[in-house]
Amino acid sequence: MASYSHAEHVEHVHEEHPPEPHYSSRVSPSVLGMFLFIGTEIMLFGAFFTAYFFVRVVAGTAWPTPPFHLPIFVAFVNTCILVTSSFTMHWALQSVKRGNVWGLRAGLLLTFLMGLTFLVTQGIEYSRVGFALKDGAFATIFYCLTGLHGAHVFVGLSILLFMTIRAFRGHFSPEDHRGVEIGGIYWHFVDVMWIVVYTTVYIL
Amino acid sequence: MRNPLRSETEAFRFLIAVIVGALVIVGAAYINTWLGVAAAILAVAGIGWWLKDEPVPGAHEPPPPLESTTPPGTHRVLVVAPPGTPSVHVDAKATEIVVVVPALASKVEALTGAVDDRRAEAEQTAATLARELSRDGVPVRGEVGADDPVLAVDDALRTFGADEIVVAGDAELVGRIRQRTTVPVSPA
Repeated sequence: MASYSHAEHVEHVHEEHPPEPHYSSRVSPSVLGMFLFIGTEIMLFGAFFTAYFFVRVVAGTAWPTPPFHLPIFVAFVNTCILVTSSFTMHWALQSVKRGNVWGLRAGLLLTFLMGLTFLVTQGIEYSRVGFALKDGAFATIFYCLTGLHGAHVFVGLSILLFMTIRAFRGHFSPEDHRGVEIGGIYWHFVDVMWIVVYTTVYIL
Repeated sequence: MRNPLRSETEAFRFLIAVIVGALVIVGAAYINTWLGVAAAILAVAGIGWWLKDEPVPGAHEPPPPLESTTPPGTHRVLVVAPPGTPSVHVDAKATEIVVVVPALASKVEALTGAVDDRRAEAEQTAATLARELSRDGVPVRGEVGADDPVLAVDDALRTFGADEIVVAGDAELVGRIRQRTTVPVSPA
């Protein structure tokens, strides 16, 4: 808002503390933040998927390029692990809402362990897949897409670690569990992106 | 449109929808490639339709009325006036005044960002009214507000605690602002 003072403005209310944050009432800050987050993620993954479809559909590159093979079954098991971790995440949040602290702790711990398993398995898969980042457009896109997702899983695991530690320290309650809610949203988002990556890169 | 990541529960439901969509696409593509493409288009459209038509929880509930507090011994007045308002009467007991003039842009102007002229009009009115209301050391500030007068009040009350709102507008606008806040509202 533009402001024009015609007399000395005396701020009575905010003399002893900083002013309240000013934001438009049209969109709340949390909703706006989430929209911006989703927007940036769509653009980020969208750029990589555009490259993927260009290489595979427009350029007509064989997928996977012979003689390479993608470990579809291992990735399927990994997918199952990651999807299951979303269920334990959801269970953790439902538990804390009902005041079940041990359900929360077990849910978060299981989610963290399954996420870690996913990441470790992906690392092992990289070491055994038989091609490197430099081995053509197919390999580059494969590593970029799965690696970008892996980076998101790593961030999610870091958030989960803090959430789990806080849960074991008794920080969350049925009234106050925003930290679990936000972390859960992120974790489900990571899962959604993996479903898309797995379906397009490994299956189709 | 529903934000699929608004809460953990909604994100979980969105994940389930994406899994179902992926299964449909893979199943169709297994039968025939073009069937898979058709399934992909249908699945994406279906999820889009679900997000569009799913009612947002609490979206139809009116927002809670805004309250406002001021320090004792003060009488702060928020004046809302549309652009072009020549003058406004404010009670003499006011100790501080903020004049908010909404920049009333049309939908096309708001969408295209061509609001410079509307803001200039609002700035001019705000400056004129603030100059007119300045008297006896009473601090007066003029501001340009949102393109909706009620939103402009909403925004202003978040930074300016008011004891009274004076509205230079028709009865309908006065009524809408009264519904939005617990602060006494009076026509100018």
